[in-house]
Amino acid sequence: MKVDRRSFLSFVIGGAAGTALSPLPWKLMDDSSIWSQMWPWTPVPPDGEVVYENSTCSLCPGGCGISVRKVDNRAVKIEGRPGHPVNDGSICILGLSGLQMLYGPTRIKSPMKRIGERGEGKWQKISWDEAIAILTEKLTDIRDKGEAHTVAAIAGSDSGTVPALIRRFMTAYGSPNFMRSPSQRDVDELAVKALFGGDGRTGFDVENADYILSFGSGFVDGWGSPVRMFKAASLWKEKNITVVQVEPRLSNSAAKATRWVPLNPGTEADLALGIAAVLVDENMLDTRAVSGLGSWKNDLLAAYATEKVSQTTGVAAGVIVDLAKGFAGANRPLALCGRGKGLVSGSLRETAAVYLLNALSGNINREGGMWAMPEADYIQWPDVATDNLASAGLVQPRLDGAGTGKYADARYLTNRLADSVNGGGPYPMQALLVAGANPCHDLPDTQRVRAAFARIPFIVSFSSFQDETAAMADLLMPDHVYLERYEDVPIGAGLAQQMIGLSKPVVSPQFNTRHLGEVLIATAMAMGGSIANAFPWDDYETCLEETLAEKWDSLMETGVWVQADTEPVADTFQLAGMDAPAVQAEGDVNSFPLLLVPYDAIQLTSGYVGEAPFMIKAVADTVIKGTDGFIEVNPQTARAAGLAEGERARLTTPRGEAQVCVHLFEGIQPGVLAMVRGLGHTAYDGHLAGKGVNINELIGPVEDPSTGFDAAWGIRAKLAKA
Amino acid sequence: MKHEQTHGTPMKYGMAIDLDKCTGCGACMVACMAENNIPFKEDESEKLVSITWMRIFKLSNGKSFPDLDICYLPRPCQHCEGHGGHSPCVSVCPATATDYSQETGIVSQIVTRCFGCRYCMGACPYHARYFNWWDPVWPDGMEKYLSPNVSPRMRGVVEKCSFCYHRYQLAKNKAYLNGGRRVPEEAYQTACTQACPAGAIVFGDLNNPEHQVHQIVKPDPDNGNRSRNDRAFRLLERTGTNTKVYYLSSREWVRRAGDNYLAHEKTGQVAKLHH
Ligand code: SF4
Ligand code: SF4
Ligand code: SF4
Repeated sequence: MKVDRRSFLSFVIGGAAGTALSPLPWKLMDDSSIWSQMWPWTPVPPDGEVVYENSTCSLCPGGCGISVRKVDNRAVKIEGRPGHPVNDGSICILGLSGLQMLYGPTRIKSPMKRIGERGEGKWQKISWDEAIAILTEKLTDIRDKGEAHTVAAIAGSDSGTVPALIRRFMTAYGSPNFMRSPSQRDVDELAVKALFGGDGRTGFDVENADYILSFGSGFVDGWGSPVRMFKAASLWKEKNITVVQVEPRLSNSAAKATRWVPLNPGTEADLALGIAAVLVDENMLDTRAVSGLGSWKNDLLAAYATEKVSQTTGVAAGVIVDLAKGFAGANRPLALCGRGKGLVSGSLRETAAVYLLNALSGNINREGGMWAMPEADYIQWPDVATDNLASAGLVQPRLDGAGTGKYADARYLTNRLADSVNGGGPYPMQALLVAGANPCHDLPDTQRVRAAFARIPFIVSFSSFQDETAAMADLLMPDHVYLERYEDVPIGAGLAQQMIGLSKPVVSPQFNTRHLGEVLIATAMAMGGSIANAFPWDDYETCLEETLAEKWDSLMETGVWVQADTEPVADTFQLAGMDAPAVQAEGDVNSFPLLLVPYDAIQLTSGYVGEAPFMIKAVADTVIKGTDGFIEVNPQTARAAGLAEGERARLTTPRGEAQVCVHLFEGIQPGVLAMVRGLGHTAYDGHLAGKGVNINELIGPVEDPSTGFDAAWGIRAKLAKA
Repeated sequence: MKHEQTHGTPMKYGMAIDLDKCTGCGACMVACMAENNIPFKEDESEKLVSITWMRIFKLSNGKSFPDLDICYLPRPCQHCEGHGGHSPCVSVCPATATDYSQETGIVSQIVTRCFGCRYCMGACPYHARYFNWWDPVWPDGMEKYLSPNVSPRMRGVVEKCSFCYHRYQLAKNKAYLNGGRRVPEEAYQTACTQACPAGAIVFGDLNNPEHQVHQIVKPDPDNGNRSRNDRAFRLLERTGTNTKVYYLSSREWVRRAGDNYLAHEKTGQVAKLHH
């Protein structure tokens, strides 16, 4: 018998036939005892009492509930927590890999001070008392000279008690320079303020929507709260809902959508406004929620005639009309934006245009709609009573320019940090504290960021891991990882509800690390005076318990607190931001005929924590092979450059150059190249370091002139045989 | 339970994986690695020697931009029943290190008995088996997370997906302790099924009409256990491996990619065997 099976997998080995030998029953436990006798060098994991401990994952902004299986005092597996309002038992690839971070060799195991050159990796272990003394002395020195404002802090987030403690410390100390890692949250907050007139964020009731129009949002690539979005995408399939994914590349989200609409990169706002124009033109509107439409309608029609939009975006006129009709014809249509995982601050015009579509369909603050969610307000601490030194520092302009002049509406412009430190800022930075962020890998134009770091005289890293930023530090004060500490985890990430999760210590600290909250309180005490007075808590746990007040008991019991009703920021949508300028890709078309765009993958964290070995193992060999990183190229483009599958090539952009391998992919428009975000680490260990290219080495921030945010969605590039 | 099957009816554990839902995220792969103490090396990009009991394959409709479509296919061991338990791998193992269980339908791998001849790897049409070319090494400290439920393997043996058999044993013990005879559906679920954020994997007893997997697959015992669901197919179904992992897709090109069809053959059409 010859069975032909060529088409399933190309590498299938030829069949073999044989006879069954006598099957014998087997018992796993017996076998494992024989096992350990025979091969003493393979580890025999000790048995013990099994318990499950509930906590909250904070490896990304998703806020999933987790259930950690323990054998005696060892954590052996992380699973999703059944019944949790965010993820109900499921979990993502990053959340599953948490134990490799907890027990991994790239943890920073003790406070250390630098003894070699910066970046050389020579450290000396010190005690916590000494570390706090060094920090206190340095900060006191700077402050006594009346230069408190020259100290800056970068945190991964600005919500929750730990970031609030950092901010409070900076205020009491006298510096206006608290910054947050950039993300789509930046433009979202600004858009909510401009469009709804108050502080807050958007929330999307994706589970109850009945038509999805996503402008590149990677709903199964890590956008929003990732597990919740995966579940929603499956729900859409079950309900047979139309899901349209608009983006230049066939991402996994595009592949999951009912319809993929490729468009010219960077023209998402034009398409959204073009669709809005069709809605206006055909009078397919529900304007109850929108104010100020009147005369603006004519401007819109004039500027975004379908034919013209079709030219700009490369989307056929018929398709634009189709999308408008589909959107208008649905009861609860939702338009989403923020490319990929939403890791870039983003363009105001694009965000406002997409939110406008939701407003024009009347789908605001109602079931299945877009919600203008107010900011979480559970942290109610008394104002800091600043002393003279602090008051003088706080009136200084910020180093990144946020909050004043043409950047009046921006809270943080972390993308401007490097230029500021490299000479463009109002004053030099004398010290930087970094917590929960890895700017030396994650900020665009990493060369410039590293050059800026080299100029900062004193850098403190609170990272738990040996990341690129910790490598540039002078003092390491490692925080516990999330499985070792208490922390409130306010969950934003596009949820249409207000939720707070609680992280609890699942295991005791594995190394000589200390909770960042404790370190801040201890340092404030050591500094004394008004700074100490701003921290009236004995320890972080007391602070947390008092802050959460009546929510504490229920959080301890159930691990998550959900607000029953949320009063939206406002019910009326004001027209704003749509006339902001479009953001172009950097570089000149003649010297750089191609366009390089980043994409996000769920297997890579694209953020502060580096990828665990499990995650890298799940990455395809068309993304990383050995240490080579790949770019996706349309076969037509590759042919023109004389490049074949797997071949090495030199990729050049106005910001940098790298050697890459070519992966031919028909899911990308000719002329466009795509590279995954998150690789090219230089720190961590051999499981991660040196694999692939960090796209931030090749792309720089492009400022949205209306906000100051980085809105780069790509960069001009050229490709040649290596 | 009222509808309980009578004691003694053999079970046939299997899966239905909805490829319209699967996103290719790899959570199932990592859930499996974490559950089953699967080791890793510094370089795992050589996929033929990268041990992944569960692995994601990428399928494509082969068209050009912008008509390209892709689909991901998670591939655990298919737990082939063949004809009466003659799975391709079981049939060739000289050491009886792999066996088809008539009680559960699970194809076991008894690593302590395996002497590494790798005949089974040649026999398995799905590349579900992996050889340990090296002893496993966990970076300093990481062996702390190893689970006592599954013995780490060593150089020289073959390993593969067990449908998290240790979970079955635990569930069975628990069921007996509670005086029950059968393992309830929710008490025995594989790690990948439990983790999948898209809810793409449904696992259970294909013989039990109460189980969701049976209701989805509706296996037809008179027709070689083929599914009566129009969206369902099995990999290389026409070879008679009689697998217990069913895939679902509403896209015909995906269903066609699961088997080798001649151009004129209809999807699902039974091939003529050549002698
Ligand atoms: S989605 Fe985010 S919060 Fe949820 S498990 Fe994954 S990393 Fe953790
Ligand atoms: S976890 Fe689920 S969605 Fe992700 S690859 Fe596996 S089957 Fe597909
Ligand atoms: S998939 Fe391969 S390893 Fe699994 S039962 Fe079938 S032949 Fe054996």
